[in-house]
Amino acid sequence: MRTIALRVARYRPEDETEPTMQEYEVPLREDWAVLDGLNHIKDHLDGTLSYRWSCRMGICGSCGMTVNGEPKLTCGTFLTDYAPGPVTVEPLRNFPVVRDLVVDISDFMGKLPTVSPWIVDSEDAAPAEGEHLQTPEELDEYQQYSMCINCMLCYSACPVYGLDQDFLGPAAIALAQRYNLDSRDHGAHQRVDVLSAADGVWSCTFVGECTTACPKGVDPAGAIQRYKLTAATESVKSLLMPWGRRSDLPRPSGADQDNNAWSREVR
Amino acid sequence: MTSYQPPMSLFWWLRRRSYFFFAVRELSSVFVAWFVVYLLLLGHAVASGEAAYREFVEWSARPWLLGLNLVALVFVVFHAVTWFRLAPQAMVVRVGGRRAPPLWVAAGHYAAWVVVSALVVWVVLA
Repeated sequence: MRTIALRVARYRPEDETEPTMQEYEVPLREDWAVLDGLNHIKDHLDGTLSYRWSCRMGICGSCGMTVNGEPKLTCGTFLTDYAPGPVTVEPLRNFPVVRDLVVDISDFMGKLPTVSPWIVDSEDAAPAEGEHLQTPEELDEYQQYSMCINCMLCYSACPVYGLDQDFLGPAAIALAQRYNLDSRDHGAHQRVDVLSAADGVWSCTFVGECTTACPKGVDPAGAIQRYKLTAATESVKSLLMPWGRRSDLPRPSGADQDNNAWSREVR
Repeated sequence: MTSYQPPMSLFWWLRRRSYFFFAVRELSSVFVAWFVVYLLLLGHAVASGEAAYREFVEWSARPWLLGLNLVALVFVVFHAVTWFRLAPQAMVVRVGGRRAPPLWVAAGHYAAWVVVSALVVWVVLA
């Protein structure tokens, strides 16, 4: 049987101060992804190897790792593409490593709720009045961004996030835009402060690697640049019309409600 | 919880081709700024009369300045081309309710570039 070498990063905090590499030979099968190789190691060669995975079909976003230097979903990255090997598997870059291939993404989990990634309802149109109808064109506006699976490949590819962990980051901004561009949403005004802050869209220098890395075709880089235009237009408007309402962005009629309060508590 | 934070190398921008071209694009801004300064100096010389203008032209003909301006031109063209290539990603242009293809947005930028350049050439030569 043909085999291929997997060079896997190991980090056992109780024994080591920094990661080391360990090599394993796994079967090279045409239908095996890198994740299948890792599962083979875990099941047959070394049960101590730790990594995250769940669905094996590019939906859950758990198995993101660095494969030969590139951020990849290991369930969709096939061993045969790297033959004859070796294939280097490391944890996602730009995140603290907890153990072996497992990274700590709590920074993102803390940032995500600050952009209210949910449909903020308008009190004018209560759900009791019926469905929120949407045309295919309106769906088209945001659908691409709704494909995000929070796999963190974009954060791993982003050098800005690597250098400055305060940056809100590609996925959080793309998800904010997913709701900003949804015709049913009325929450754009409560996302504006976080998005247009210095650590929001303005930290992005448009390297564009987040879009290249995204396994779901989301284009976070495009979302960020589009929001820069929105944020700049808003600033100019408030400069020219300081007496006017701070924003023309849609807001729910219960504008005083603070849906962000709990997420700030979480942070 | 103990965790390991991998350090970011000072030379991270050499790790990938795309990172490198990004760094060059950022660096090219310095040359864009230099051309702005050069243009202001030229404007000042023109406003200060014929003698000052001749002195400026003489200064501009020095080999080191010619060399600098040539390098700056290469960087500025690189800056413009990469900028135009990124524009369709940042701009959503609608034509008749539909999103215009990215190629159109890029073509629009190049067309505007040609028109403005032609205008400048016409002003200078006329």
